[in-house]
Amino acid sequence: MPENNLYFTKSHEWVRVDGETAVIGITQHAQEELGDVALVQLPEPGRILQVDEVFGEVESIKAVSELYAPVRGEVVEANDSLQTAPEQVNNDPLGDGWMIKVRLSDTSDLKSLMDGTAYDALVKDL
Amino acid sequence: MLHTSLYESHLKLGAKMISFGDWEMPRDYGKGVAAEVKACRSSIGIFDVSHMGEFRVEGDEALDFIQHLITNDAARLKPGQAQYSLVLNETGGVIDDVILYCLGINNYLFVVNAGCLDKDWAWFSEQARAFHIRLTDESPDTALIAVQGPEAITKVQSLCEASLAGLQRFEIRYSKVAGESCHILRTGYTGEDGVEIKCHKDHAPAIWNALVVLGAAPCGLAARDVLRLEAAYPLYGHELTMNETPVGLGLGWAIKTSKPDFIGRNDIIKRAQDGIREQLVGLTMTAQNAIPREGQIIFPAALEDPIGRVTSGTLSPTLGKGIALARIGAGFAEIGTSLIVDIRGRKAEAIVTKLPFYRGLDH
Repeated sequence: MPENNLYFTKSHEWVRVDGETAVIGITQHAQEELGDVALVQLPEPGRILQVDEVFGEVESIKAVSELYAPVRGEVVEANDSLQTAPEQVNNDPLGDGWMIKVRLSDTSDLKSLMDGTAYDALVKDL
Repeated sequence: MLHTSLYESHLKLGAKMISFGDWEMPRDYGKGVAAEVKACRSSIGIFDVSHMGEFRVEGDEALDFIQHLITNDAARLKPGQAQYSLVLNETGGVIDDVILYCLGINNYLFVVNAGCLDKDWAWFSEQARAFHIRLTDESPDTALIAVQGPEAITKVQSLCEASLAGLQRFEIRYSKVAGESCHILRTGYTGEDGVEIKCHKDHAPAIWNALVVLGAAPCGLAARDVLRLEAAYPLYGHELTMNETPVGLGLGWAIKTSKPDFIGRNDIIKRAQDGIREQLVGLTMTAQNAIPREGQIIFPAALEDPIGRVTSGTLSPTLGKGIALARIGAGFAEIGTSLIVDIRGRKAEAIVTKLPFYRGLDH
Protein backbone atom coordinates (compact mmCIF):
# COMPACT_ATOMS: atom_id res chain seq x y z
CA MET A 1 0.00 0.00 0.00
CA PRO A 2 1.47 3.40 -0.88
CA GLU A 3 1.51 6.27 1.59
CA ASN A 4 -1.99 7.39 2.70
CA ASN A 5 -3.44 4.67 0.43
CA LEU A 6 -3.07 7.20 -2.40
CA TYR A 7 -2.48 6.15 -6.00
CA PHE A 8 -2.04 8.42 -9.03
CA THR A 9 -2.55 8.27 -12.79
CA LYS A 10 -0.62 9.81 -15.68
CA SER A 11 -3.74 11.82 -16.47
CA HIS A 12 -3.56 13.45 -13.03
CA GLU A 13 -6.35 11.67 -11.18
CA TRP A 14 -5.79 10.39 -7.63
CA VAL A 15 -7.34 7.29 -6.06
CA ARG A 16 -7.67 6.77 -2.30
CA VAL A 17 -8.50 3.21 -1.37
CA ASP A 18 -10.62 2.43 1.68
CA GLY A 19 -11.31 -1.30 1.75
CA GLU A 20 -13.42 -2.04 -1.35
CA THR A 21 -14.15 1.64 -2.10
CA ALA A 22 -11.99 3.94 -4.20
CA VAL A 23 -12.43 7.70 -3.83
CA ILE A 24 -11.32 9.53 -6.99
CA GLY A 25 -10.50 13.14 -7.82
CA ILE A 26 -7.94 15.27 -9.66
CA THR A 27 -4.58 16.29 -8.33
CA GLN A 28 -3.14 19.58 -7.16
CA HIS A 29 -1.18 19.81 -10.41
CA ALA A 30 -4.34 19.25 -12.48
CA GLN A 31 -6.32 21.96 -10.69
CA GLU A 32 -3.44 24.42 -11.05
CA GLU A 33 -3.27 23.78 -14.80
CA LEU A 34 -7.02 24.19 -15.18
CA GLY A 35 -7.44 27.40 -13.24
CA ASP A 36 -10.73 28.31 -11.59
CA VAL A 37 -13.04 25.31 -11.95
CA ALA A 38 -16.47 26.46 -13.09
CA LEU A 39 -18.26 23.19 -13.93
CA VAL A 40 -17.88 19.55 -13.03
CA GLN A 41 -19.83 16.87 -14.91
CA LEU A 42 -19.98 13.56 -13.01
CA PRO A 43 -21.66 10.20 -13.63
CA GLU A 44 -24.80 8.97 -11.89
CA PRO A 45 -24.49 6.34 -9.13
CA GLY A 46 -24.99 2.90 -10.63
CA ARG A 47 -22.85 3.59 -13.71
CA ILE A 48 -20.27 0.87 -14.38
CA LEU A 49 -16.84 2.14 -15.38
CA GLN A 50 -14.01 0.48 -17.28
CA VAL A 51 -10.38 1.47 -16.88
CA ASP A 52 -9.54 4.60 -18.93
CA GLU A 53 -13.20 5.25 -19.68
CA VAL A 54 -14.13 8.95 -19.63
CA PHE A 55 -16.33 9.30 -16.57
CA GLY A 56 -16.86 13.07 -16.61
CA GLU A 57 -15.52 16.51 -17.40
CA VAL A 58 -14.08 19.38 -15.47
CA GLU A 59 -14.22 22.87 -16.98
CA SER A 60 -12.56 26.12 -16.07
CA ILE A 61 -13.03 29.51 -17.68
CA LYS A 62 -10.23 28.66 -20.09
CA ALA A 63 -10.22 24.90 -20.57
CA VAL A 64 -12.12 21.61 -20.57
CA SER A 65 -10.55 18.40 -19.29
CA GLU A 66 -11.94 14.90 -19.47
CA LEU A 67 -11.80 12.65 -16.41
CA TYR A 68 -10.50 9.09 -16.92
CA ALA A 69 -11.47 6.16 -14.72
CA PRO A 70 -8.32 4.74 -13.11
CA VAL A 71 -10.08 1.57 -11.95
CA ARG A 72 -13.01 -0.68 -12.87
CA GLY A 73 -16.10 -0.55 -10.74
CA GLU A 74 -19.57 0.77 -10.01
CA VAL A 75 -20.08 4.43 -9.14
CA VAL A 76 -21.66 4.46 -5.69
CA GLU A 77 -21.60 8.21 -5.05
CA ALA A 78 -20.81 11.45 -6.86
CA ASN A 79 -19.84 14.65 -5.01
CA ASP A 80 -22.97 16.72 -5.65
CA SER A 81 -21.60 19.68 -3.69
CA LEU A 82 -19.32 20.37 -6.68
CA GLN A 83 -22.39 21.48 -8.64
CA THR A 84 -22.83 24.50 -6.40
CA ALA A 85 -19.25 24.84 -5.15
CA PRO A 86 -16.92 23.75 -7.97
CA GLU A 87 -14.13 25.84 -6.41
CA GLN A 88 -13.65 23.00 -3.90
CA VAL A 89 -11.69 21.27 -6.66
CA ASN A 90 -9.21 24.15 -6.61
CA ASN A 91 -9.20 24.76 -2.87
CA ASP A 92 -8.98 21.17 -1.63
CA PRO A 93 -8.44 18.82 -4.60
CA LEU A 94 -7.60 15.80 -2.45
CA GLY A 95 -10.23 16.50 0.21
CA ASP A 96 -13.52 18.34 -0.33
CA GLY A 97 -12.78 18.36 -4.07
CA TRP A 98 -13.29 14.56 -4.31
CA MET A 99 -15.40 13.62 -7.33
CA ILE A 100 -16.68 10.03 -7.24
CA LYS A 101 -16.64 6.94 -5.06
CA VAL A 102 -16.37 3.63 -6.87
CA ARG A 103 -16.85 0.05 -5.58
CA LEU A 104 -13.74 -1.70 -6.92
CA SER A 105 -14.39 -4.68 -9.21
CA ASP A 106 -10.81 -5.82 -9.14
CA THR A 107 -8.16 -4.49 -6.77
CA SER A 108 -5.41 -5.64 -9.14
CA ASP A 109 -6.24 -2.53 -11.23
CA LEU A 110 -4.33 -0.62 -8.55
CA LYS A 111 -1.08 -2.31 -9.57
CA SER A 112 -0.99 -0.21 -12.78
CA LEU A 113 -1.15 3.05 -10.84
CA MET A 114 1.69 5.18 -9.42
CA ASP A 115 2.46 5.99 -5.84
CA GLY A 116 2.99 9.58 -4.63
CA THR A 117 6.75 9.53 -5.16
CA ALA A 118 6.47 8.37 -8.76
CA TYR A 119 3.71 10.90 -9.46
CA ASP A 120 5.72 13.79 -7.98
CA ALA A 121 8.63 12.81 -10.21
CA LEU A 122 6.33 12.76 -13.25
CA VAL A 123 5.01 16.24 -12.49
CA LYS A 124 8.50 17.61 -11.95
CA ASP A 125 9.51 16.47 -15.43
CA LEU A 126 6.56 18.12 -17.16
CA MET B 1 11.63 30.93 -24.42
CA LEU B 2 11.44 34.71 -24.79
CA HIS B 3 10.79 36.91 -21.77
CA THR B 4 9.63 40.50 -21.53
CA SER B 5 11.50 42.94 -19.27
CA LEU B 6 8.72 42.35 -16.70
CA TYR B 7 9.44 38.62 -16.37
CA GLU B 8 11.06 38.91 -12.92
CA SER B 9 8.18 41.14 -11.76
CA HIS B 10 5.66 38.49 -12.85
CA LEU B 11 7.46 35.74 -10.97
CA LYS B 12 7.68 37.90 -7.83
CA LEU B 13 3.92 38.49 -8.05
CA GLY B 14 3.23 34.76 -8.15
CA ALA B 15 2.38 34.48 -11.84
CA LYS B 16 1.51 31.12 -13.34
CA MET B 17 3.53 31.29 -16.57
CA ILE B 18 2.51 29.64 -19.84
CA SER B 19 3.82 29.46 -23.39
CA PHE B 20 2.41 31.91 -25.89
CA GLY B 21 4.25 31.20 -29.12
CA ASP B 22 7.94 31.73 -28.34
CA TRP B 23 7.07 33.75 -25.24
CA GLU B 24 6.67 32.78 -21.62
CA MET B 25 3.85 35.00 -20.34
CA PRO B 26 1.66 35.18 -17.25
CA ARG B 27 -1.59 33.21 -17.57
CA ASP B 28 -2.78 34.59 -14.23
CA TYR B 29 -1.26 35.57 -10.89
CA GLY B 30 -2.49 32.68 -8.77
CA LYS B 31 -5.82 34.07 -7.50
CA GLY B 32 -7.93 33.03 -10.47
CA VAL B 33 -9.09 34.61 -13.70
CA ALA B 34 -12.46 35.72 -12.30
CA ALA B 35 -10.78 37.84 -9.62
CA GLU B 36 -8.60 39.60 -12.21
CA VAL B 37 -11.56 40.32 -14.48
CA LYS B 38 -13.44 41.74 -11.51
CA ALA B 39 -10.51 43.90 -10.42
CA CYS B 40 -10.16 45.37 -13.90
CA ARG B 41 -13.87 46.11 -14.20
CA SER B 42 -14.20 47.58 -10.71
CA SER B 43 -10.93 49.49 -10.31
CA ILE B 44 -7.71 48.91 -12.26
CA GLY B 45 -5.91 46.04 -13.96
CA ILE B 46 -2.47 46.09 -15.56
CA PHE B 47 -1.37 43.84 -18.41
CA ASP B 48 2.11 43.17 -19.78
CA VAL B 49 1.67 43.09 -23.55
CA SER B 50 5.33 43.73 -24.37
CA HIS B 51 5.41 40.63 -26.55
CA MET B 52 3.46 42.56 -29.18
CA GLY B 53 5.40 43.98 -32.12
CA GLU B 54 6.21 47.59 -33.00
CA PHE B 55 7.24 48.63 -36.53
CA ARG B 56 8.34 52.21 -37.27
CA VAL B 57 7.61 53.66 -40.73
CA GLU B 58 9.47 56.85 -41.70
CA GLY B 59 10.19 58.77 -44.86
CA ASP B 60 8.45 61.03 -47.33
CA GLU B 61 6.37 58.17 -48.78
CA ALA B 62 5.37 56.83 -45.35
CA LEU B 63 1.73 57.85 -45.69
CA ASP B 64 1.47 56.49 -49.25
CA PHE B 65 2.88 53.15 -48.12
CA ILE B 66 0.57 52.96 -45.12
CA GLN B 67 -2.52 53.92 -47.10
CA HIS B 68 -1.75 51.15 -49.57
CA LEU B 69 -1.30 48.61 -46.79
CA ILE B 70 -4.18 49.27 -44.39
CA THR B 71 -7.97 49.45 -44.64
CA ASN B 72 -8.46 52.57 -42.51
CA ASP B 73 -7.69 56.11 -43.65
CA ALA B 74 -4.35 57.16 -42.16
CA ALA B 75 -4.60 60.60 -43.79
CA ARG B 76 -7.05 61.52 -41.03
CA LEU B 77 -4.33 61.20 -38.38
CA LYS B 78 -2.53 64.24 -37.05
CA PRO B 79 0.66 63.76 -35.02
CA GLY B 80 -0.43 62.55 -31.59
CA GLN B 81 -3.36 60.50 -32.90
CA ALA B 82 -3.80 56.78 -33.46
CA GLN B 83 -6.30 54.49 -35.15
CA TYR B 84 -7.30 50.84 -35.35
CA SER B 85 -7.07 49.14 -38.73
CA LEU B 86 -6.97 45.85 -40.56
CA VAL B 87 -4.22 44.75 -42.91
CA LEU B 88 -5.58 42.60 -45.75
CA ASN B 89 -3.99 40.40 -48.39
CA GLU B 90 -4.82 40.56 -52.13
CA THR B 91 -7.78 38.22 -51.79
CA GLY B 92 -9.30 40.23 -48.95
CA GLY B 93 -8.31 37.89 -46.10
CA VAL B 94 -6.95 39.38 -42.88
CA ILE B 95 -3.21 39.39 -42.26
CA ASP B 96 -3.50 41.19 -38.91
CA ASP B 97 -5.35 43.88 -36.99
CA VAL B 98 -3.17 46.72 -35.80
CA ILE B 99 -3.01 50.06 -34.02
CA LEU B 100 -1.34 52.80 -36.06
CA TYR B 101 0.29 55.69 -34.19
CA CYS B 102 1.04 58.97 -35.96
CA LEU B 103 4.05 60.29 -34.07
CA GLY B 104 5.03 63.15 -36.39
CA ILE B 105 5.21 64.20 -40.00
CA ASN B 106 6.29 61.10 -41.99
CA ASN B 107 6.75 59.27 -38.68
CA TYR B 108 4.41 56.42 -37.87
CA LEU B 109 4.43 53.35 -35.68
CA PHE B 110 2.41 50.12 -35.96
CA VAL B 111 1.59 47.96 -32.96
CA VAL B 112 0.97 44.42 -34.24
CA ASN B 113 -0.09 41.12 -32.68
CA ALA B 114 2.68 39.04 -31.11
CA GLY B 115 1.51 35.92 -32.89
CA CYS B 116 1.63 37.68 -36.29
CA LEU B 117 4.95 39.46 -35.86
CA ASP B 118 7.10 37.42 -38.23
CA LYS B 119 4.36 37.17 -40.84
CA ASP B 120 3.66 40.93 -40.61
CA TRP B 121 7.34 41.84 -40.84
CA ALA B 122 7.72 39.76 -44.02
CA TRP B 123 4.58 41.32 -45.51
CA PHE B 124 5.46 44.91 -44.58
CA SER B 125 9.03 44.45 -45.87
CA GLU B 126 7.81 43.02 -49.17
CA GLN B 127 5.26 45.81 -49.69
CA ALA B 128 7.77 48.48 -48.65
CA ARG B 129 10.01 47.78 -51.65
CA ALA B 130 7.82 49.91 -53.90
CA PHE B 131 8.04 52.94 -51.60
CA HIS B 132 10.75 55.31 -50.51
CA ILE B 133 10.53 54.66 -46.77
CA ARG B 134 12.51 53.34 -43.83
CA LEU B 135 10.96 50.39 -42.00
CA THR B 136 12.38 49.50 -38.57
CA ASP B 137 11.45 46.69 -36.21
CA GLU B 138 11.45 48.29 -32.75
CA SER B 139 9.84 45.28 -31.05
CA PRO B 140 12.92 43.89 -29.29
CA ASP B 141 13.48 47.14 -27.37
CA THR B 142 9.87 48.14 -26.74
CA ALA B 143 7.64 47.36 -23.79
CA LEU B 144 3.87 47.87 -23.68
CA ILE B 145 1.78 48.00 -20.52
CA ALA B 146 -2.01 48.22 -20.66
CA VAL B 147 -3.67 49.99 -17.72
CA GLN B 148 -7.42 49.42 -17.76
CA GLY B 149 -10.38 50.12 -15.50
CA PRO B 150 -12.49 52.97 -14.10
CA GLU B 151 -9.52 54.18 -12.00
CA ALA B 152 -6.86 53.65 -14.67
CA ILE B 153 -6.48 57.23 -15.88
CA THR B 154 -6.56 58.69 -12.37
CA LYS B 155 -3.85 56.31 -11.18
CA VAL B 156 -1.64 56.90 -14.25
CA GLN B 157 -2.14 60.66 -13.85
CA SER B 158 -0.81 60.50 -10.30
CA LEU B 159 2.43 59.07 -11.71
CA CYS B 160 2.55 61.19 -14.85
CA GLU B 161 4.48 64.42 -15.31
CA ALA B 162 2.19 65.88 -17.98
CA SER B 163 -1.49 66.47 -17.48
CA LEU B 164 -3.75 63.83 -19.01
CA ALA B 165 -6.76 66.12 -18.74
CA GLY B 166 -8.64 66.17 -22.01
CA LEU B 167 -6.74 63.18 -23.44
CA GLN B 168 -9.22 61.83 -26.00
CA ARG B 169 -9.67 58.20 -27.03
CA PHE B 170 -6.96 57.32 -29.53
CA GLU B 171 -4.92 60.35 -28.56
CA ILE B 172 -1.23 60.03 -27.62
CA ARG B 173 0.71 61.98 -25.03
CA TYR B 174 4.49 61.76 -24.58
CA SER B 175 5.62 62.26 -21.00
CA LYS B 176 7.18 60.54 -17.99
CA VAL B 177 5.38 57.98 -15.86
CA ALA B 178 7.15 56.98 -12.63
CA GLY B 179 10.04 59.08 -13.92
CA GLU B 180 10.38 57.09 -17.15
CA SER B 181 9.78 58.49 -20.66
CA CYS B 182 6.90 56.88 -22.50
CA HIS B 183 4.06 57.33 -24.95
CA ILE B 184 0.60 57.15 -23.41
CA LEU B 185 -2.25 56.20 -25.76
CA ARG B 186 -5.83 56.31 -24.53
CA THR B 187 -7.15 53.00 -25.81
CA GLY B 188 -7.63 49.46 -24.64
CA TYR B 189 -8.80 45.95 -25.31
CA THR B 190 -11.01 45.38 -22.28
CA GLY B 191 -14.01 47.63 -22.81
CA GLU B 192 -12.93 49.75 -19.84
CA ASP B 193 -11.38 53.21 -20.02
CA GLY B 194 -7.62 53.28 -19.81
CA VAL B 195 -4.33 53.65 -21.59
CA GLU B 196 -1.54 51.68 -23.17
CA ILE B 197 1.91 52.86 -22.10
CA LYS B 198 4.70 52.29 -24.61
CA CYS B 199 8.27 52.68 -23.40
CA HIS B 200 11.78 51.36 -23.79
CA LYS B 201 11.84 47.90 -22.26
CA ASP B 202 14.33 49.02 -19.59
CA HIS B 203 11.79 51.54 -18.29
CA ALA B 204 8.92 49.10 -17.95
CA PRO B 205 9.70 47.65 -14.49
CA ALA B 206 9.65 51.09 -12.82
CA ILE B 207 6.29 51.92 -14.38
CA TRP B 208 4.79 48.49 -13.66
CA ASN B 209 6.00 48.38 -10.06
CA ALA B 210 4.76 51.91 -9.36
CA LEU B 211 1.30 50.91 -10.56
CA VAL B 212 1.34 47.75 -8.44
CA VAL B 213 2.23 49.85 -5.38
CA LEU B 214 -0.80 52.04 -6.15
CA GLY B 215 -3.03 48.97 -6.00
CA ALA B 216 -3.31 48.04 -9.67
CA ALA B 217 -4.15 44.35 -10.07
CA PRO B 218 -1.76 42.44 -12.32
CA CYS B 219 -3.84 40.58 -14.90
CA GLY B 220 -2.65 37.78 -17.17
CA LEU B 221 -3.45 36.61 -20.67
CA ALA B 222 -6.44 34.55 -19.53
CA ALA B 223 -8.19 37.56 -18.00
CA ARG B 224 -7.29 39.66 -21.04
CA ASP B 225 -9.06 37.20 -23.31
CA VAL B 226 -12.18 37.10 -21.12
CA LEU B 227 -12.34 40.90 -20.89
CA ARG B 228 -12.01 41.45 -24.64
CA LEU B 229 -14.63 38.79 -25.33
CA GLU B 230 -17.07 40.42 -22.91
CA ALA B 231 -16.39 43.68 -24.77
CA ALA B 232 -16.83 41.84 -28.10
CA TYR B 233 -13.44 42.82 -29.51
CA PRO B 234 -12.11 40.50 -32.22
CA LEU B 235 -9.01 38.40 -31.65
CA TYR B 236 -6.72 37.50 -34.52
CA GLY B 237 -6.86 33.80 -35.24
CA HIS B 238 -10.45 33.60 -33.99
CA GLU B 239 -12.73 36.27 -35.52
CA LEU B 240 -10.04 37.48 -37.92
CA THR B 241 -8.27 34.95 -40.14
CA MET B 242 -6.34 34.80 -43.42
CA ASN B 243 -9.01 32.75 -45.16
CA GLU B 244 -12.15 34.64 -44.21
CA THR B 245 -13.43 38.08 -45.16
CA PRO B 246 -13.76 40.70 -42.42
CA VAL B 247 -17.02 41.78 -44.06
CA GLY B 248 -19.86 40.96 -41.67
CA LEU B 249 -17.77 41.37 -38.51
CA GLY B 250 -19.03 44.87 -37.74
CA LEU B 251 -15.65 46.43 -38.57
CA GLY B 252 -16.86 48.48 -41.53
CA TRP B 253 -15.93 51.65 -39.65
CA ALA B 254 -12.24 50.61 -39.99
CA ILE B 255 -12.53 49.71 -43.69
CA LYS B 256 -12.63 52.94 -45.68
CA THR B 257 -13.55 51.99 -49.23
CA SER B 258 -13.68 55.72 -49.93
CA LYS B 259 -9.89 55.39 -50.11
CA PRO B 260 -9.18 54.81 -53.80
CA ASP B 261 -6.65 52.06 -53.25
CA PHE B 262 -5.59 49.57 -50.59
CA ILE B 263 -4.66 45.90 -50.75
CA GLY B 264 -7.85 43.84 -50.63
CA ARG B 265 -10.18 46.72 -51.53
CA ASN B 266 -11.59 44.99 -54.62
CA ASP B 267 -12.69 41.97 -52.61
CA ILE B 268 -14.38 44.14 -49.99
CA ILE B 269 -16.30 46.08 -52.66
CA LYS B 270 -17.40 42.91 -54.41
CA ARG B 271 -18.70 41.35 -51.20
CA ALA B 272 -20.57 44.48 -50.26
CA GLN B 273 -22.22 44.35 -53.68
CA ASP B 274 -23.04 40.65 -53.42
CA GLY B 275 -24.60 41.06 -49.98
CA ILE B 276 -23.33 39.87 -46.61
CA ARG B 277 -23.53 36.07 -46.28
CA GLU B 278 -22.15 35.55 -42.79
CA GLN B 279 -22.32 37.78 -39.79
CA LEU B 280 -20.54 37.93 -36.46
CA VAL B 281 -23.03 37.70 -33.60
CA GLY B 282 -22.92 37.47 -29.84
CA LEU B 283 -24.44 34.43 -28.17
CA THR B 284 -25.47 34.14 -24.54
CA MET B 285 -26.12 30.62 -23.27
CA THR B 286 -29.43 29.98 -21.58
CA ALA B 287 -28.41 27.17 -19.21
CA GLN B 288 -26.07 27.71 -16.27
CA ASN B 289 -23.80 24.80 -17.08
CA ALA B 290 -23.07 25.58 -20.72
CA ILE B 291 -19.72 27.07 -21.74
CA PRO B 292 -19.36 27.49 -25.51
CA ARG B 293 -15.89 26.94 -27.00
CA GLU B 294 -14.13 27.90 -30.23
CA GLY B 295 -14.99 25.68 -33.19
CA GLN B 296 -18.27 24.36 -31.83
CA ILE B 297 -21.00 24.07 -34.45
CA ILE B 298 -24.20 26.09 -34.32
CA PHE B 299 -27.66 24.99 -35.47
CA PRO B 300 -30.99 26.76 -35.80
CA ALA B 301 -33.56 25.97 -33.08
CA ALA B 302 -35.17 23.41 -35.36
CA LEU B 303 -31.83 21.55 -35.58
CA GLU B 304 -31.54 20.99 -39.32
CA ASP B 305 -28.26 21.84 -41.00
CA PRO B 306 -25.48 23.75 -39.29
CA ILE B 307 -25.49 27.52 -39.82
CA GLY B 308 -22.17 28.55 -38.36
CA ARG B 309 -19.56 28.11 -35.67
CA VAL B 310 -18.24 29.62 -32.46
CA THR B 311 -15.12 31.77 -33.00
CA SER B 312 -14.52 32.51 -29.31
CA GLY B 313 -16.28 31.27 -26.19
CA THR B 314 -15.90 31.44 -22.42
CA LEU B 315 -17.69 31.60 -19.13
CA SER B 316 -18.13 35.31 -18.42
CA PRO B 317 -17.50 36.00 -14.73
CA THR B 318 -19.09 39.44 -15.18
CA LEU B 319 -22.35 38.06 -16.61
CA GLY B 320 -22.31 34.65 -14.87
CA LYS B 321 -23.16 32.96 -18.15
CA GLY B 322 -21.43 31.29 -21.07
CA ILE B 323 -20.91 33.75 -23.93
CA ALA B 324 -19.56 33.44 -27.42
CA LEU B 325 -18.78 35.31 -30.59
CA ALA B 326 -19.88 33.29 -33.61
CA ARG B 327 -19.96 33.52 -37.39
CA ILE B 328 -23.38 32.48 -38.61
CA GLY B 329 -25.56 32.78 -41.71
CA ALA B 330 -26.79 36.36 -41.89
CA GLY B 331 -30.42 35.18 -41.98
CA PHE B 332 -30.19 33.96 -38.36
CA ALA B 333 -28.47 37.03 -36.94
CA GLU B 334 -31.46 38.90 -35.57
CA ILE B 335 -31.19 39.80 -31.86
CA GLY B 336 -33.23 37.39 -29.78
CA THR B 337 -32.98 34.48 -32.22
CA SER B 338 -32.79 31.14 -30.42
CA LEU B 339 -29.98 28.86 -31.63
CA ILE B 340 -28.32 25.61 -30.56
CA VAL B 341 -24.62 25.18 -29.84
CA ASP B 342 -23.28 21.63 -29.99
CA ILE B 343 -21.12 21.44 -26.86
CA ARG B 344 -19.24 18.15 -27.22
CA GLY B 345 -22.43 16.29 -28.16
CA ARG B 346 -24.77 18.18 -25.85
CA LYS B 347 -27.24 20.54 -27.53
CA ALA B 348 -27.23 23.80 -25.57
CA GLU B 349 -29.54 26.72 -26.21
CA ALA B 350 -28.12 30.16 -26.97
CA ILE B 351 -29.75 33.52 -27.71
CA VAL B 352 -28.36 36.03 -30.20
CA THR B 353 -27.38 38.99 -28.04
CA LYS B 354 -26.73 42.64 -28.76
CA LEU B 355 -23.02 43.42 -28.63
CA PRO B 356 -21.05 44.23 -26.64
CA PHE B 357 -21.97 41.85 -23.82
CA TYR B 358 -20.46 44.34 -21.40
CA ARG B 359 -18.63 47.57 -21.78
CA GLY B 360 -17.68 49.64 -18.78
CA LEU B 361 -16.84 52.76 -20.76
CA ASP B 362 -20.22 54.10 -19.79
CA HIS B 363 -19.50 53.78 -16.02
